[in-house]
Amino acid sequence: MTPLAGCLLVSSTLFAVGLAGALTRRNTILVLVGIELMLNAANLNFVAFWRFGHHTGMSTGVIFGLFSIAVAAAEAAVGLALILAVYRHAKTTDLSLLTGRAQ
Amino acid sequence: MRQMSAAFLILAIVTMIAACAAMTLRGLVHCALALAVAFAGIGTLYLSLGAQFLGLAQLLVYVGAIAVLIVFVILLTRGGESDARPLIPTGLPITGIVVATTILALLAWAVFHSFAIHSLGPPASPATVRELGTVLMADYVLPLEVMGLMLTAALIGAVVVAMKEKQDTQ
Repeated sequence: MTPLAGCLLVSSTLFAVGLAGALTRRNTILVLVGIELMLNAANLNFVAFWRFGHHTGMSTGVIFGLFSIAVAAAEAAVGLALILAVYRHAKTTDLSLLTGRAQ
Repeated sequence: MRQMSAAFLILAIVTMIAACAAMTLRGLVHCALALAVAFAGIGTLYLSLGAQFLGLAQLLVYVGAIAVLIVFVILLTRGGESDARPLIPTGLPITGIVVATTILALLAWAVFHSFAIHSLGPPASPATVRELGTVLMADYVLPLEVMGLMLTAALIGAVVVAMKEKQDTQ
C-alpha cells in the first residue's frame, strides 16, 4: 500500500467515525465534535494530495489547509456560542429533548 | 518511499483509536480529552508528511484552543443536567452507523480501485515557513485579508450570541 493510499484510508476512517458520531450522539457538543473530526479528515486529504500528488512545487495544499483550519476555528467558536445560548434558553443540550421545541 | 513507515502506522492507529474513543465514551470530559489526543495525532501526521507549519498550527489551534473551548462549554453547560442517562437510547441509532459504514466502505473501495493514486510522482519537498510566508504575502493576500475579516466577524458574533441576555421588561 502506497503512502497516499494509507493517508486516504486514515482520513476516510476519520470521516466515517465523525459522521457516525454526528449522526448518533444525542449531545449537541458531541455532534459538533463529530463535525470537527470530519473537517480534520478533509484537511488530511489536502495535505496528502499536496505531498504525493502530481502537481508538486507549489504549496497550494498547505495554504488550503491553513485557510481550512482558520474557518474551522471560527465555526467552532460560533457553534459553541450557539450551544451556550440554546442551553441558557432550554436548560439542556440533549438533542432528543430539544427536538420539536423550536417553533 | 513506496511503503508506509512504521511511525506513520503507529500515528495513524493512535489517531483512529482516539477518534473512536472521542465518539463512543460516555463521559463528556473523557470525550473532549480523547478528541485532544486525536487532534494531536493528526498534527503529528502533518509533521510526518512534511508540512511542519501546518502541523504546528494544528497543534496550536485545535489542541490549544478548540479542545479547551469544548472543555469549557462542557463545564458551563453541565450545571443543571443530571448525569444519570438511560444507558440504551430510546431510538437505536442504527441508521447513522449503517450510513457511516456504507460511506467508509465506498471510500475504501474507491481508494483501493483507483489507478490514479498508485502512479505517483516524487513526493513534494517539505514546505518551509519562509516559502509559505512568501506565497501567503504574494499570491494569497486577498484570501488572507478576507480570512482575517471573517475571523473577526466570527469572534464578535460568538461573543454577541453567547452574551447573557437582558431580562425583558414587561
